[in-house]
Amino acid sequence: MTAIDSPVLTADGTPLKASLRRALRREKARAFLLVAPLLLFVLLTFIAPIADMLFRSVENGIVHDTIPRTVQALRNWDPEESGPPGDDVFEAFYTDMVFAVERKSHTRLGSRLNYERTGLASLFRKSGRRVGKFDTKDYADAFKTLDPAWEDAATWDVLAGSEAASLPRTASAHATWLEAVQADGSDPLEGEPWDVLYAALYADLMQAPAGGFENPLLNGAQSAAAGFEPVSLREQFAAIDEDWLDPQVWRTIRTYAGRYTPGYFLNSVDLKLTADGVQYRDEGDRIYILLFGRTLYMSLVITISCILLGYPVAFLLANLPLRTANILMILVLLPFWTSLLVRTSSWKVLLQQQGVINDILVALRIVDDASRLILINNQTGTIIAMTHILLPFMILPLYSVMKTIPPSYVRAAKSLGATDWTAFWRVYFPNSVPGIGAGSVLVFILAIGYYITPELVGGTRGVFISNRIAYHISSSLNWGLAAALGTILLFAVLILYWTYDRIVGIDNVKLGG
Amino acid sequence: MSGLPPYASFTQKTWHYAFRVICGVVFFFLIAPIIVIIPLSFNAEDFFTFTPEMLALDRDGYSLKHYNDFFTNPDWQQAMWNSIRIAPMATLLSVSFGTLAAIGLSQPHVPFRRAIMAILISPMIVPLIISAAGMYFFYSRIGLQGSYWGVVLAHAALGIPFVIITVTATLVGFDRSLTRAAASLGANPVTTFAKVQMPLILPGVISGGLFAFITSFDEVVVVLFVGSAGQKTLPWQMFTGLREQISPTILAVATILVTVSVVLLATIEILRRRSERLRGMSPG
Repeated sequence: MTAIDSPVLTADGTPLKASLRRALRREKARAFLLVAPLLLFVLLTFIAPIADMLFRSVENGIVHDTIPRTVQALRNWDPEESGPPGDDVFEAFYTDMVFAVERKSHTRLGSRLNYERTGLASLFRKSGRRVGKFDTKDYADAFKTLDPAWEDAATWDVLAGSEAASLPRTASAHATWLEAVQADGSDPLEGEPWDVLYAALYADLMQAPAGGFENPLLNGAQSAAAGFEPVSLREQFAAIDEDWLDPQVWRTIRTYAGRYTPGYFLNSVDLKLTADGVQYRDEGDRIYILLFGRTLYMSLVITISCILLGYPVAFLLANLPLRTANILMILVLLPFWTSLLVRTSSWKVLLQQQGVINDILVALRIVDDASRLILINNQTGTIIAMTHILLPFMILPLYSVMKTIPPSYVRAAKSLGATDWTAFWRVYFPNSVPGIGAGSVLVFILAIGYYITPELVGGTRGVFISNRIAYHISSSLNWGLAAALGTILLFAVLILYWTYDRIVGIDNVKLGG
Repeated sequence: MSGLPPYASFTQKTWHYAFRVICGVVFFFLIAPIIVIIPLSFNAEDFFTFTPEMLALDRDGYSLKHYNDFFTNPDWQQAMWNSIRIAPMATLLSVSFGTLAAIGLSQPHVPFRRAIMAILISPMIVPLIISAAGMYFFYSRIGLQGSYWGVVLAHAALGIPFVIITVTATLVGFDRSLTRAAASLGANPVTTFAKVQMPLILPGVISGGLFAFITSFDEVVVVLFVGSAGQKTLPWQMFTGLREQISPTILAVATILVTVSVVLLATIEILRRRSERLRGMSPG
């Protein structure tokens, strides 16, 4: 029985199994190569943007990147304290602010923090104008009178290199200063050192043990600096605005110092992150829960109206002879194919107070000319227009399910003595439920993400969460919050879609056919 | 449903006709808003309602002035040309990539088929406002925001699911032994594709392309965010017109667009019937 044991060989002598496996591998590779360009295209043009949005909803690098020294210094401050933080924080903040103002990034930081605590944007803007005119100029003058070498940028260059360990603030401020000057395009060795460097040097010298430097210039400066009139940076900031002494301001900065924050997500559900943990926003600022609720409620109303209007039509289409049904189907498909803007404009025209519908109602004397109905720029307008726009998405899946219900079921029920109503309700309707499910999920998914129609006919009370997302992207520029709201909406849709896939299956998506 | 039996009771008869009336009302609701703007677009006045002259079918009540405005106003003309420049390019991209991928996906052995399909279909599922937000953020990072190619790439991505769905549906009925026959007669894969496979799936490819074209041509949310004033398309111009100062020219544009969609719908319907007849799937 050796014929069974020995492997079957192909013409060129390789075992058949291996040869088939290779062929299968090649076929898989070829299929994948055909798909690969499109996959790459969609990943780059579509999936990457979505991933970017998810990332932006938690990203918060701006605080850390703009005021790194302050963030570092605030770590040692206990936010439970009733007073403002110590001088070290104000020193660090002064250094950070000077360079932030040079890069003009302090206003951006101010607007970012303003989302969390109103008033910070103007506080940062105001301080940015004044931070270059602090009394730290006195330090600069005093050092320069002591030794003209302090006027020379080269002295700083040498010291920042050799004494970096004993002069940490000076070294770090000098490094940032070099970047700032070079970004300006000028030669750092020609430049005049800024006041902020002298302030950092003064702070370093006061901290270091007396006479501990190898460099005689520094030892001399240290003993002289002890006699300088100290400039309190805390008071300098307080002179700009008393708010800098408010510990709440510093708590906000400390709370949002992390590179990633759940803050935007908390804001999207009317919460806020404070030093004492998560809290509700003030009564007047709570709008998002209301807006999410309204979006869900109105989508539900639209879905139900679509079922009520779509079911009879789908039933009629499914039970008429094919030729008649096909002609009537055009009445469903034409709106489906007409531009969304066309349908929205026609509703805008029809529903106006001086529009066609009100004119007809007045002409029929149903409504008095003085009390024309307000049908637009409110929830009614959004619901009417969106029901019209989404109705084909309900009729088409309902129709395709109803086509598969054999007419003999109802006839059998009737022959067994059921009335028309019982035959419909106990036999036909249960069979059509999958169609209602599919259509409802589809209409609901489309409705909760709608933007254009609510924007145009919704007024202020008929808008959806998507209108708020658009507002934050283009008007308030709070992109993080827009991304967080978008992420919540995206996950809601994905969960619904997953349900849809369970009911209908992803491959059964039909396009008007 | 069709016709009543002679023994139908009074209630049955009433219900039968009442039901038809209900359906008629719903059909009216579906179609009337689209029909009503057509006569309104010929209004001689700048009103959005029927004037007494129009109702009296007086010739003076009607005019082509709103159409005239559309064809002479530089804003509308610019918007029309932008739409004509963007939509075909986006369609070309989604059809060429999409057809290739659909052929790949219809092979019997495709690794990670479900996952790939989910990714390719996703632009159709994700709400437009979210796609628009993500694209706005990402395209401004890489410098595509506010550029012609940014809008074209975004629209191509949105059109791809439609091409994939229609072309894979056509390929389901494709007889694979035809390509094997061509290969056994000595045709190389390129010839087989061009001479055998492509002519047979062409109806599907064209209707997929029409879907992609309509998606791009009608799209307004993404172009609002990804585009800049230089890429202002027709729907965008309509959107601004509706939000700010609504002018009757919009009705003329709307009428033109309805005509375009009727033509496209008819084309797709003819192609679908042809393709079903070719595959012997349609009863009539």
